[in-house]
Amino acid sequence: MLAKRIIPCLDVRDGQVVKGVRFRDHVVVGGILELAQRYRDEGADELVFYDITASPQDRSVDRSWVRRVARILDIPFCVAGGIRSVADAEQVLGEGAEKISINSPALQNPDLIGALSARFGAQCVVIGIDSQTLDGEYYVYQFTGDPERTRNTARRTLDWVREVQARGAGEIVLNCMASDGVRTGYDIEQLTAVRQLCSVPLIASGGAGAPEHFAAVFEQAGVDGALAASVFHSGTIAIPDLKRALAARNIEVRP
Amino acid sequence: MTRLAIIDSGGANIASLQFAIDRLGVSSTLTTDAQVLRAATHVILPGVGAAADCMSRLRQAGLVETIRTLTQPLLGICVGMQLLFESSEEGDTVCLGLLPGRVRRFAGRAGFPVPHIGWNQLEFDAANAGNPLLAGLNSGDHMYFVHSYAAPPGPVTLARTTYGEPFSALVQQGNVQGAQFHPERSARNGACLLGNFLRL
Repeated sequence: MLAKRIIPCLDVRDGQVVKGVRFRDHVVVGGILELAQRYRDEGADELVFYDITASPQDRSVDRSWVRRVARILDIPFCVAGGIRSVADAEQVLGEGAEKISINSPALQNPDLIGALSARFGAQCVVIGIDSQTLDGEYYVYQFTGDPERTRNTARRTLDWVREVQARGAGEIVLNCMASDGVRTGYDIEQLTAVRQLCSVPLIASGGAGAPEHFAAVFEQAGVDGALAASVFHSGTIAIPDLKRALAARNIEVRP
Repeated sequence: MTRLAIIDSGGANIASLQFAIDRLGVSSTLTTDAQVLRAATHVILPGVGAAADCMSRLRQAGLVETIRTLTQPLLGICVGMQLLFESSEEGDTVCLGLLPGRVRRFAGRAGFPVPHIGWNQLEFDAANAGNPLLAGLNSGDHMYFVHSYAAPPGPVTLARTTYGEPFSALVQQGNVQGAQFHPERSARNGACLLGNFLRL
């Protein structure tokens, strides 16, 4: 059976892994290679490296570390942040990344999704969506790496989920912003709504605080993977313990 | 002495394969030179992206006949494995024809999103457990998959995987083998498979 994926996310800023609360107030948690190695050894199923400063500052991710990471990692990893063109993507994938994740640039230029999918195949193209509830509707937010520039795009999240799939997205990471960093659990309701529209793999992001939160999002929202950062970086949850807890509830995981 | 040639099929993620081979302490040459391929002890055909694109790159490089007539161990990975078959439903592509059968798109059953992405299990019978390609591996071991097309199980299937339907995860016939998963991204199990191939 296909295993549910446990995915630590390493938010990268200026060459270091950082973590903020509700996307603000970032603190350094460690070096990129050191954390990549640690998660590989602990049994993470995949890693995401997200350059949170890339899109807001209108510059591309510093990619010198991608190759260094690719040399030591024997699990898949995805690079997000500042990939705005087929050429950007070609470079990141050529350095050894498995997948690329596009967020703000896809909102600015939706045609990019189709161009990337045609060139590399849908399986390489992950669309990241930052979503927040406003008056009972889910809306897509942009430039969430920088609190000063974060804005509501006025796009409804469910519409955007449909559109990115039609354009060739191979996977969706839904980050529920209200839950991000506060460790009160994934937004099951929103993820369930998106899951129903999603014929590609869906990854939950935002809100993991305890092993039960992972179990709940797999059992109730039916997502394919769950992404988290602070609970792993801080050691609050150790991946081997988490996987044992999930397996004990008959959730399929890779040992 | 192992002389591994990796066919430069133009796929974007060849670097990760090279790094995995490096980690095994084996040196490899990335090439489109038919002479280098023929002189190698082992050849890997990687592939990412659309089958038609990959085939047309092999044609442009004049490598179709070379690959078809190799006699040393050949390993196709992911789309590289799919190209070993007669044809693929993806873009209705004529492939290398080294293995019998046609590669098909996943049916897209409810509860089974396509692409099939993630860690899934190899399934093989005890009768195949003694195959040198499976040395050190057990039925039930996880490998990392990323694909929308797959070869149905058939006479060349060495190990299956199930995702709504069974498909060929590992195939072998004569000097030709194929892995639908990415051994270079499948942690210890993937390294084991690559090592087994390089010892053939």
